[in-house]
Amino acid sequence: MRWALILIAAVVALALPFFVYPVLLMSILCFVVFATSFNLLLGYVGLLCFGQAMFLGLSAYVTGYVLKTTGVSLELGILAGALVSAVLGAFVGFVAVRRSGIQFAMITFAFAQFVYFALLRAEFTGGENGMQGIPRSKLFGVIDASDSFSFYYVILAITVLAILFCYRVIHSPFGEILRAIRDKEDRVESLGFRPERFKIMAMTISAFVAGLAGGMKATVFQFATLTDVSWTVSGEVILMTLLGGLGTLSGPMVGAAIVIAMNDELAKFGEWALIAQGVILILVILFFRRGVVGEAGALIRRLRERKAD
Amino acid sequence: MAENRDYALEARGIGKQFGAFWAVKDVDLKIPQGSIHALIGPNGAGKTTCFNLLTKTLQPSTGQILLNGEDISALRTSEVARRGMVRSFQISATFTDMTVLENVRVALQSKHGHAYRFWSPISSIYNLDARAMELLADVGLADVPHLKAAELSYGRKRALEIATTLALDPKVMLLDEPTAGMGHEDIEPITQLIRKVSAGRTIVIVEHNLSVVSTLSDRITVLQGGQVLMEGTYGEVSSDERVIAAYMGGVEDA
Repeated sequence: MRWALILIAAVVALALPFFVYPVLLMSILCFVVFATSFNLLLGYVGLLCFGQAMFLGLSAYVTGYVLKTTGVSLELGILAGALVSAVLGAFVGFVAVRRSGIQFAMITFAFAQFVYFALLRAEFTGGENGMQGIPRSKLFGVIDASDSFSFYYVILAITVLAILFCYRVIHSPFGEILRAIRDKEDRVESLGFRPERFKIMAMTISAFVAGLAGGMKATVFQFATLTDVSWTVSGEVILMTLLGGLGTLSGPMVGAAIVIAMNDELAKFGEWALIAQGVILILVILFFRRGVVGEAGALIRRLRERKAD
Repeated sequence: MAENRDYALEARGIGKQFGAFWAVKDVDLKIPQGSIHALIGPNGAGKTTCFNLLTKTLQPSTGQILLNGEDISALRTSEVARRGMVRSFQISATFTDMTVLENVRVALQSKHGHAYRFWSPISSIYNLDARAMELLADVGLADVPHLKAAELSYGRKRALEIATTLALDPKVMLLDEPTAGMGHEDIEPITQLIRKVSAGRTIVIVEHNLSVVSTLSDRITVLQGGQVLMEGTYGEVSSDERVIAAYMGGVEDA
């Protein structure tokens, strides 16, 4: 069943650019990775990072800067962005993990605002205008995949690697301790662990993955702007995660796809798109607490049980 | 001063101040190796604060705490756990989202030192499962390793908690009201289990249920108003006028 689903998803992912505008698909994939990074913290450690956009945006600028000013290959540019975000994640984690709940959220929010203004003021970012003309450099320095159709497959490959990486982290000895911390941190401490060290590591890993998404986004759109660092993006990723289903690997991926596709559809209505988003969030919180994927899973289980009876 | 290893746990003049209020003041405890020691006292006597000081959940305002003669006053709970003293919690402290087996395995990971490996597959710690099953068998949970901890009955959750604690092979166990909130049918098995796991260990319990205290403990310290009222065997304590007065209604013989 599970393998069949993965197989279907693989076939669909490979065939989609023949039917759908590739840039939209790539945009979805960027946010699939971004939402997964956020879910790593909220879904598996119980940390609400209300500044996740700083990792996305910073990496977008760093990737752009590296690709514009040096001749390195595409994957090294994206990796550079992700690593810088990981360092930022470790630093923010070091300061923030001693607090929990709303305090943690507010500290991460404050950091994100700081990063926003630092990037606004910095010379290399282009300030209000953003950073234009980021090249889609050759992959491994040899493969030219700069047209949007072939670039989609590059982005798809990075997405798959990022998701596999997250899967490994979640289903690792480390991931098991994270789940225990989410449940009862005091108890984990009493068993001889240092929970804050695990949380700092989780922040670092999450920032790295968010950074991958930022690098992807910078090369997909070939520019980086302050929007990527803004708090509205930090808020949007919360919507994606809750809409899709918290604490499942596939939930935030589905949520990201729905939100991006919806924004694209509703773009012609301008500000109404935001209102529609708000309404959907309220409906999900009221009626689909487990998110789309969570509710679907529960439905399948119920049907199976009925069959078994 | 020479280290004194006769005592598993020793408190020298420990106190805890909250604002102007001393919840615990000038408490001395000497708990010999291999004994079961109970802390009792009426509500508000400072039992839980005292317990939290010993486990290093709270930092003492005054005094020293020694574990096997080593000063642990400045250490954190996790560091104390690694030196062989592990606490339980008053409210059940199982990881409810995880299976019974996973609960114990988390604790086993603490000794194993692979816990930071985010790049290893979970199967790399399946070798801990055999030991986890042994521990579950010891507390009578071998039949439900794959059940979610949330689905266990209250009494069996406490048993799982003890199995999790035992996974660290602690020399000193501190149990915070192990029978709190239990019905009669659960109290007896847990009492027996505590007696069983006390072999080769030192145990400190905070307990309301005096019949449990009388069956388990070698010595008892009675607290009142944050200070030690007296210390002795159950017989001595239960016949002491001051203790009876402190409990107002008197201590009924169990």
